[in-house]
Amino acid sequence: MATIAKSGAVKGPPVPSIATKIVNSLRDLSNTLMIPALAILTAILVGSVMILLAGRDPIAAYTGLVEGAWLEPRGLVQSLLKTSPLILSGLAVGFAFKGGLFNIGAQGQLIVGSVAAAWAGYAFSGLPSWLHIILAMGAAAIAGALWGAIPGALKAYSGAHEVITTIMFNFIASRIAEWMISLGSADGKIPAGPLADPNSGAISRTKPVLDSARLPVVFEVPPPSVPNLNIGLFIAVAAAILIMLLVNRTTFGFELRMVGLNPSAAQYAGVNVKRLTISTMAIAGGLAGLAGAVQTLGINGYYEANQSLGLGFDSITVSLLASNNPIGIMFSAFMFGSMDQGTTRMQRSGVAPELILVIQALILMFIAAPQIIRWLYRVRVSGKGGQKLSTGWGQR
Amino acid sequence: MDILGLTITTGAVIATLNATIRQAIPITLGSQSGLLSERSSIVNIGIEGMMLMAAFSGYMMNSYLSGSDISTFADDNMRLGVCVLIGVLTGGMMGLFHALLCIRYKVDHIISGTVVNILAAGVTGYFYNAQTETKGKIPPLISNPWEKGDFLYNVGAVLFDKDIITYLTFVIVGIIAFALFRTVWGLRTLSIGENPRAADTLGINVYRLQYTNLFFSGALAGLAGAYLTLADVGVFERGMTAGKGFIALAVMIFGKWHPVGALMGALLFGFLTALQSQLQFFGIVVPHQLVALIPYAVTVIVLAGFVGRARPPAHVGQAYEVE
Repeated sequence: MATIAKSGAVKGPPVPSIATKIVNSLRDLSNTLMIPALAILTAILVGSVMILLAGRDPIAAYTGLVEGAWLEPRGLVQSLLKTSPLILSGLAVGFAFKGGLFNIGAQGQLIVGSVAAAWAGYAFSGLPSWLHIILAMGAAAIAGALWGAIPGALKAYSGAHEVITTIMFNFIASRIAEWMISLGSADGKIPAGPLADPNSGAISRTKPVLDSARLPVVFEVPPPSVPNLNIGLFIAVAAAILIMLLVNRTTFGFELRMVGLNPSAAQYAGVNVKRLTISTMAIAGGLAGLAGAVQTLGINGYYEANQSLGLGFDSITVSLLASNNPIGIMFSAFMFGSMDQGTTRMQRSGVAPELILVIQALILMFIAAPQIIRWLYRVRVSGKGGQKLSTGWGQR
Repeated sequence: MDILGLTITTGAVIATLNATIRQAIPITLGSQSGLLSERSSIVNIGIEGMMLMAAFSGYMMNSYLSGSDISTFADDNMRLGVCVLIGVLTGGMMGLFHALLCIRYKVDHIISGTVVNILAAGVTGYFYNAQTETKGKIPPLISNPWEKGDFLYNVGAVLFDKDIITYLTFVIVGIIAFALFRTVWGLRTLSIGENPRAADTLGINVYRLQYTNLFFSGALAGLAGAYLTLADVGVFERGMTAGKGFIALAVMIFGKWHPVGALMGALLFGFLTALQSQLQFFGIVVPHQLVALIPYAVTVIVLAGFVGRARPPAHVGQAYEVE
């Protein structure tokens, strides 16, 4: 007894020197970044082959991509503007994944958010700007939250799988939005939609948002460029940090992750899985709704048909790429926003914009299957692989 | 005939039924694709991408052979047959690709399916050239044998004048329904969907069966894609599958993972979609956008209210490690 106590008191674990600590953390960092970096590199190389197949110059194409996205103030601001809604809608997917739910419905939630923001943006006049913005953003968040909560409730109470219901809700949202902004038939038999702008000419869109609801500009691009950087990006970053805290530092977040890992165990441990499912989808929908608001109030100034086409689906890739980590989502959203912006310049070298989709798919594939990268480059990196994101059909 | 104040003509009924079948074919094939995959415990949300890729490859082959000098391909049936085959094989290869990611690399099935979908949208959009031309699409297999004016002519207008893929679809559903529950292959497939460990213990080669079934799953999605560009629409457009792969999955769940149930679901969805385009001919004036959302809303209601907790194959979506 005495000897054990003595030796135990004297010998603790060796205290690592600061130098060792730094080396270790650097090694960890390079291990974590190795796979994404090699994944991006490989995807770009495959993309080059495709550019060569089409008889174009890959160097010119990629130079154009980088120039257009980052090397000019206008391009960089545009990239950041495209990043903002992507962060929020990426969070909408990633947050749901944390709770074991696959929210393919970001697209629809984003649409109802956009429409709600546009409506609140023009329907209330005479408000101070800060109040009007909060009102319009709030309307978008509530609309998105409701649009997310319904599939959540259907899952909780009837077992209808969220993948199917959210896809259906995407279609329904886009049809309702189309109707709301439709101009009606020329003979007047079918009236115009309730939010349609009669003064828009032949374009289907809502009435323009009042200046008091437009997001304030924080950085002005030198003329003649029009789009300026607004506070949307900061709203998105703040949301990412809040979601990270919510998931990792609160009881709700703990329960959420528990349900995500094993709903039956969570149920047994006393978590109200039904209520949690609904609130997870509501929060996810609210985030996507905010994404729509940032786009409507920050960029367009009205809602028009197809303004966010594909954004909801990009957000799935954005989230998966970041392993659903809120902070990581900010970076993958920036990457996607930049690629989207850069394609316009890339097209000048005769390369079709869909190349970016191929590159994105390949990056996602290589990150999800790190063994391919390890085999290609003969590197030994700790990769996860085999991770499971959402529960199967109709379980829980 | 007047029902609820609507004038319903024979022509409108025939048009609605024909549109129902037209809409239901790709969705039925997609649902059978999902079924084969899920019964083998692999979730397949990549049906959409597999369809799109096959629609593209079949169309491009048609375009290439239409301009070819080889006399064999001057024969329409020969040319279109080859194109359908190319589409089906493309789908099959995509199925194998999905299987490779899911089985060998243990990628989450949903991520793998997403990769398939994005890749297909990217590759088809990248290589598609709007200037392509073809020498037409698949002709009807049997023409209506009855004379116009004869009552049977109306029946014939629904039963006949359809391309071969339409008839094949119903045959395929029958074959799968029989084979899945009555043959050694089918029972083995069911067993790896429910409990691959037990199946493995009994000497079934789980991976080989999964690869085989995923090839057929992809091939069926491929046939659906080929139907779109070679029989139905006749041309390729970017993103032309427009969610049909996802609706096929909904229909599969609606049919509780049973081939015939899925067919019924697809016909219901097809009917609702057909109704929407025919509604204006019935003389109803409603904003078309609101009518267009009916099929989706009904799918949700049916899923939530009538199907309830359908029980999927027990092991679906999980990676299996052979010991």
